[in-house]
Amino acid sequence: MGLVVLLIGTRKGLMIARSTDDRHTWEVDDFQFLNQEVYSVALDTRHDRPRILAGVGTGHWGPLLTYSDDLGKSWTEPEEPPIGFPQGSDASVARVWQIQPATDRQPDVVYAGVEPHALFRSDDRGQSFALVEGLWKHPDRPSWVPGGGGACLHTVLPHPTDPDDLLVVMSAAGVYHTRDGGATWHPANRGIQVANAPEEQRFPEFGQCVHKVAFHPDRPQRLFAQNHFGVYRSEDRGDSWSPIESGLPSNFGFAMVAHPHRPDTLYSFPLQADAERFPPDAKLRVYRTEDAGSSWEPLSNGLPTDPYYAAVLRDAMVADSGDPAGIYFGTRLGEVYASRDDGDSWSLIASHLPDILSVRVAEVA
Amino acid sequence: MTSRLLLPAALRRYAGEEAEVNIRGGTLGEALDDLAERLPQLERRLRDEQGRLRPHVLMFVDGVSVRGGAPMDTPVGDGAEVFVAPAVSGGRC
Repeated sequence: MGLVVLLIGTRKGLMIARSTDDRHTWEVDDFQFLNQEVYSVALDTRHDRPRILAGVGTGHWGPLLTYSDDLGKSWTEPEEPPIGFPQGSDASVARVWQIQPATDRQPDVVYAGVEPHALFRSDDRGQSFALVEGLWKHPDRPSWVPGGGGACLHTVLPHPTDPDDLLVVMSAAGVYHTRDGGATWHPANRGIQVANAPEEQRFPEFGQCVHKVAFHPDRPQRLFAQNHFGVYRSEDRGDSWSPIESGLPSNFGFAMVAHPHRPDTLYSFPLQADAERFPPDAKLRVYRTEDAGSSWEPLSNGLPTDPYYAAVLRDAMVADSGDPAGIYFGTRLGEVYASRDDGDSWSLIASHLPDILSVRVAEVA
Repeated sequence: MTSRLLLPAALRRYAGEEAEVNIRGGTLGEALDDLAERLPQLERRLRDEQGRLRPHVLMFVDGVSVRGGAPMDTPVGDGAEVFVAPAVSGGRC
């Protein structure tokens, strides 16, 4: 691979790491956005000049959505606020949870998921965003409740070939799906449980706290979901879901990553339980399935063997486009581990950082 | 009416590194609307997109907090000092 850029968003700033030797070694830049939380980052490589976008929480001074066209050397904040609810809506953006470039078919489109539950769309590569009204005005919205982290729309999944087909995931509302470019949306949670609800109410139409959904672009009908208790697969783009957690040490967790080249391969980072957000048995392990969830294997070669008590958050594990794939995850202990062989072995590439909220990676020209 | 907006160090980068800027208006809301015209990146750090004071921003007009009631209706006299500070809440270790 050529230049690989790894973005590490933390509770107190952004760190950028670069590798030019096929991911063997990494150079780490100085910290940026000091003492500001970086919940979301994206690296948009659809144009000749790659663009980094960052959703930064400035603490007292509100959220910021900014971008860099020189790989983090300088940042641009538009004169006009790039993202915000329309006047009179009585809502304000509390945090940008997700920045998701659309596919190559829409090279200027970027989506942003925010708190409170809402989706924004940009048609100018992230310089200005407009509220997706169809989701904001959805009749279910008054019944959506916040997850533990907030009322967040944390995942946006554009269909690889159909620009009108888009999935979003919200805590704790669940998966919603549009097939008409965002005008209308329907919940897509059938089969996903709300574990702590009374038994007769465990499978509502919406209200699940789905933590992450992933899919492979060659198989857009097949989705994988990490729920708040439950790991699932859908073969019909969310119309129905079935459990695939057998073989995992726990069905709780946040992160879920699809392999870039093999549609049956998926990575998970289980945690003991919602009240015990530690790796099971305090063993730092990634779990991999190579048969779409029928079986799972722990991956720990090169990871610490001492007890490890830090979680990996929903956006803190990613895969690059290499083959074999690079898999990366950052922990709440401020350590970043990387594998350059599909997860078979791991090495520490950054440490002593603040807790890690978001990780993204891409090869740039 | 022209008043002086006194800025904490963290916000001076949005005002050309100045410690204070002049703002014009008879109420705090009008004065911040004026600020939004000239220094929008500074103004958006004080108010959200609905024009409300951000939850962890403190403002004092001639030493009196504008919190409570309708902050944006606070009268701002000619030559008044509008002091901005981050609240001791809102930070994170």
